[in-house]
Amino acid sequence: MNALFPEKPQDAGLAKITKLAVMAVGGQGGGVLTSWIEALARAQGYDVQATSVAGVAQRTGATIYYIEMIPRTDQLPVFALAPSAGDVDILIAAEMMEVGRAVLRGFVTPDRTVLIGSTHRALAVSEKTVPGDGIADADEVRAAAEIAAQRLILANMEQLAVDQGSVISASLFGALAGSGALPFPREAFEDAIRKSGKGVDASLRAFKAGFDAAQHRETVDVQKPEPEQKITGPQGVLDEWNALVDRINAMPPTVQQMATAGLRKVVDFQDCGYGATYLDRLNAMIARDSAAQDWLLSVTAAKYIANAMAYDDMIRVADIKTRSPRFDRIRNEMGAKLDQVMQLTEYFHPRAEEIAGLLPARLGAWIEGKPKAMARLDRWFGMGRRLRTDSLPAFVMLHLLGGLKSYRLKTRRHAVEVAHLEAWLDRSLAPLTNDYELCVELLRCRRLVKGYSDTHARGLAKFDSVMNAADMLKGREDASDWVARLREAALQDPDGKALSGALETVRSFV
Amino acid sequence: MAERSFKKEVEHLRKGDGDVFTGEGILALTKALLENGVGYVGGYQGAPISHLMDVLADAQDVLGELGVRFEANASEGAAAAMLAASVHYPIRGAVTFKGPVGVNVASDALANLSSSGVTGGALVIVGEDYGEGSSIMQERSHAFAMKSQFWMLDPRPNLPSITKAVKDGFELSEASNTPVMLMVRIRSCHVTGSFETRDNVPPPLTVRDALSAPRSDFARVVLPPMSYLHEQDKVQNRWPAAEKFIIDNKLNEIIGPNRAPLGIVVQGGMYNGVVRALQRLGLADIYGNSDVPLYVLNVTYPLVRDEFNRFCEGKDHVLVVEEGQPEFIEQQLGSFLYKARSSVELHGKDMLPMAGEYTGQVMLDGVTAFLKAAAPEMLPGAVRAPNAKAPQIPDLSKTVPIRPPGFCTGCPERPIFAALKLTEQELGKHQISGDIGCHLFAALPPFEIGGSTMGYGLGPASNAAFDGGGERRAISILGDGGFWHNGLSSSIGNMVFNKSDTVAVIVDNYYSAATGGQDVLSSRAINDTKSTNNPISAALKGVGVEWVRQIDRTYDVGKVREVLREALTTDYAGPKVIVASSECMLNKQRREKPLRNQAIQDGRRVDIPRFGVDPDICTGDHACIRLSGCPSLSLKKLDDPLRDDPVAHIDQTCVGCGNCGEVADEAILCPSFYQADVVHNPTGFEAWRARQRIKIIGWLQNRRAAKRLAL
Repeated sequence: MNALFPEKPQDAGLAKITKLAVMAVGGQGGGVLTSWIEALARAQGYDVQATSVAGVAQRTGATIYYIEMIPRTDQLPVFALAPSAGDVDILIAAEMMEVGRAVLRGFVTPDRTVLIGSTHRALAVSEKTVPGDGIADADEVRAAAEIAAQRLILANMEQLAVDQGSVISASLFGALAGSGALPFPREAFEDAIRKSGKGVDASLRAFKAGFDAAQHRETVDVQKPEPEQKITGPQGVLDEWNALVDRINAMPPTVQQMATAGLRKVVDFQDCGYGATYLDRLNAMIARDSAAQDWLLSVTAAKYIANAMAYDDMIRVADIKTRSPRFDRIRNEMGAKLDQVMQLTEYFHPRAEEIAGLLPARLGAWIEGKPKAMARLDRWFGMGRRLRTDSLPAFVMLHLLGGLKSYRLKTRRHAVEVAHLEAWLDRSLAPLTNDYELCVELLRCRRLVKGYSDTHARGLAKFDSVMNAADMLKGREDASDWVARLREAALQDPDGKALSGALETVRSFV
Repeated sequence: MAERSFKKEVEHLRKGDGDVFTGEGILALTKALLENGVGYVGGYQGAPISHLMDVLADAQDVLGELGVRFEANASEGAAAAMLAASVHYPIRGAVTFKGPVGVNVASDALANLSSSGVTGGALVIVGEDYGEGSSIMQERSHAFAMKSQFWMLDPRPNLPSITKAVKDGFELSEASNTPVMLMVRIRSCHVTGSFETRDNVPPPLTVRDALSAPRSDFARVVLPPMSYLHEQDKVQNRWPAAEKFIIDNKLNEIIGPNRAPLGIVVQGGMYNGVVRALQRLGLADIYGNSDVPLYVLNVTYPLVRDEFNRFCEGKDHVLVVEEGQPEFIEQQLGSFLYKARSSVELHGKDMLPMAGEYTGQVMLDGVTAFLKAAAPEMLPGAVRAPNAKAPQIPDLSKTVPIRPPGFCTGCPERPIFAALKLTEQELGKHQISGDIGCHLFAALPPFEIGGSTMGYGLGPASNAAFDGGGERRAISILGDGGFWHNGLSSSIGNMVFNKSDTVAVIVDNYYSAATGGQDVLSSRAINDTKSTNNPISAALKGVGVEWVRQIDRTYDVGKVREVLREALTTDYAGPKVIVASSECMLNKQRREKPLRNQAIQDGRRVDIPRFGVDPDICTGDHACIRLSGCPSLSLKKLDDPLRDDPVAHIDQTCVGCGNCGEVADEAILCPSFYQADVVHNPTGFEAWRARQRIKIIGWLQNRRAAKRLAL
């Protein structure tokens, strides 16, 4: 480790070389930032050298720009072409995991490095493809950066820039100015932007935002919690809702928050009557639970029963797609102005299974048993459809479909979902007298059931594998640990490779 | 048009005596060529010298004024072959390509050129793609110089040294009748700095003049018995002449004190790294004045025995700093010392790693190790006896994900590989070989398609062994760049001639995209100086491919999948070639965005599509991402206690290519995706219609909302 922190150079001149590295993701504009810094230093009477690695590495991959500078004399300095661990004065990282990479590579050291980083995330492919939650832990990076940096300036530079209609290079340049790490006045920085001549006004606004963020030394990305929205609706329905809320208020306090969230979801999915069914199921759970375990079983059940009851059928999708707040949200996200027209195209691909699920329960079950009939359904309905929900025919069709709630509870899909839900609850609670933790873990396995069509089928298969494995594990002290481990394994990859491996292990010892 | 334009910068090429040029190494090299009376230039793009080709292409006015011929060669082989003009004519020529892969391709011509020898100075500027940021196998171009007997310059990485090397290179080439390779490393190509310029010099004899007075001499042709004489000429005349020139003109530099018990021999390109290590140890100042003598090899081949032996006189220890493997220089210097019965202890790869880039840390460790052995008293105390305790920085190696390069947002190649992945899910895994180009990113997650890459244009050729009619046909990938570089003959011609029963997919994105968007024969752009718009499918038919399917919109995943299925299942037994064409999105955006903004400003109707995901419908299984990997398709954690997993989310960088929707449809994923087209400056009727629709839709929505709770 000592190599990272060599003695202060004996030659005082050496200390005058300022070493600055920019770590970015290809396409973020690291080159623009580098050219600004270079122009700035040159205008301030410095000898400067910048290096970069152009080429394929810049196609969305991690990339480094490096700059060295020193006040100009008549002798030519010898600059290095790449940053060295333990020898960087200023490190600018244009993304949170690049902050982490900078620390990991030893470019950030407590004796000298001013670290300016953006807290926003551009997720790496490996983080995104995991069926579960594969997002890397930014808090770990922040904690390490706090130790490693002599001075740390972290803010959501991406957001600061986008809010000003600019890009991150401008807000980072502002933060560099605001950090005071370079001995140049603010105007000199702004001149460098002006001289580059492209999108100057927006860049200067983003520069200011970055400058202020660095000066205030605060993270700007703390979002204000949205105020609790008051629930509104027709009086009759509101009375029904309040009656349900009263039932929740009678529950153990620990359960109430999750139960409220769950109730909202199922009532939104169907109606208050359905909400009452949800609370019935939950109360049955509470009746078998106790304060001794802090009502963990009930809280878990409140979450997953709600998810199971609000299954994704065509009626729900059609309902969500045709609501007015959605239209407003999308207009807002797309930045569509009042005088602009927004067209909305939905990508649907219903299969025979979805159509059969929409039929009355017995008819649907009958058809599902007939491969030929299913094939016919698939021919009639099973094709990709692009529905323009800003136009009347498509909107009205989906609007009508979304209004089929009163019929929903009679559908084949509902019957299947209820059967699955009850079987899952029964199996999950079977070991309750002996192994409370195992019951909780089994309830949590409901997380594996998600997605549509093939993905849904694969999720169900994984769910079944884990539930079946639990039967093997029953009676063992570590049964709940193993079920948790199996579930996590199932969420690691789509094909269930990790799960198969874990199951193999289980089989080897039971 | 290339990805980066140098139109503004090339004006600096007109600078003259006493002016100062400030800019990138690539431009400085070009300027130096013009100052040294070059008569013709050419090359083939590829990192890190792509921009040199772009500069030359953008500098055609300046080149034309001076009477310099510029050729964007079809391959590195073609570029090297162009140097044949310097065999008989006293014309200076320079070509550029990347090393060592470009040198591999060029080696046939380079070997012949080296045998014939040159009259005019012949310079090969090689961008050595080695170390961090490299996209190829890790090898050295050095070996080619040794086998063919041409000379290798490796100048110190600063603009004055690099530009001087151009001058030295031409002169050395002429003095020894031998081509010279000027090597620049990845970072020195893009290093910025300044140097004093001189006036440009028109070539004393232009290629045009030469055509009016053609020459030939069979003694220069590589045919027996002349080829035997060439070999003798190399060792008896050209080599000694080169050594003499190197010594007389002090191409190699000795820096530091004359008398010291130790010294360091360093490749010119490694000089800055060594000086930085010495600076950090307090043994050199920032201007490179070193306490340790340095023998800087600006010429790394041939090595000059007498000069080296003189440097070693009076020294006990010498370190060789030579990046890459094997350690050709160290071996040769060891042999010199042995034959001189010297007692100098030679160090090198025992103190520095055999393989890998010599980064700052590696160099510091290596030089420290050398000094510990050779002169421990020179080291600062803290290095000799470390006692400072380093603070513990948490290990992030398990936290920070790797971030290899991948397809850009909206890349037209993504849907091709999404379709191929879906095809494999349907028909089973296939034998698939890749090629060089952006499409090779398909080998990485999330697609993981293709298991090999054998060289530019060799994708289909590398499947030749799998042409035995197994259960499933082999598939190969080839880019448009690779197709024109070498693929048409080596891969497609090979398939036709051998009646191959395999499938080749040609990914046509209108450019040599991975190298920076240069035009190729089939580019759709109008190029004033080059012939474009030559369709790949026509070339295929020309060489005898009968089964050709042209796809004009790769984003149509269903179509691509259907064509793939057809190719894999058809009864037709001959070669099946699919040309999948859509414009590189990076270049398309660069081209269209300004036009679009202008159109909006002018009040014309513009439709800008973008995609989105309904978070309430997305269940967070991320199946869509496993068929995409698009940077704009990411994840978002919802503020909902009922949700465990983050949901898909499309950010504002989406360019509305359509892949998300197409894939959701073809793979039957989920109905969460929507496409929102914002119409700027809509027509009057359009706006009126939209208002009426919103009225009716709003009425329906309000009617239903009034009946239920707003939760």
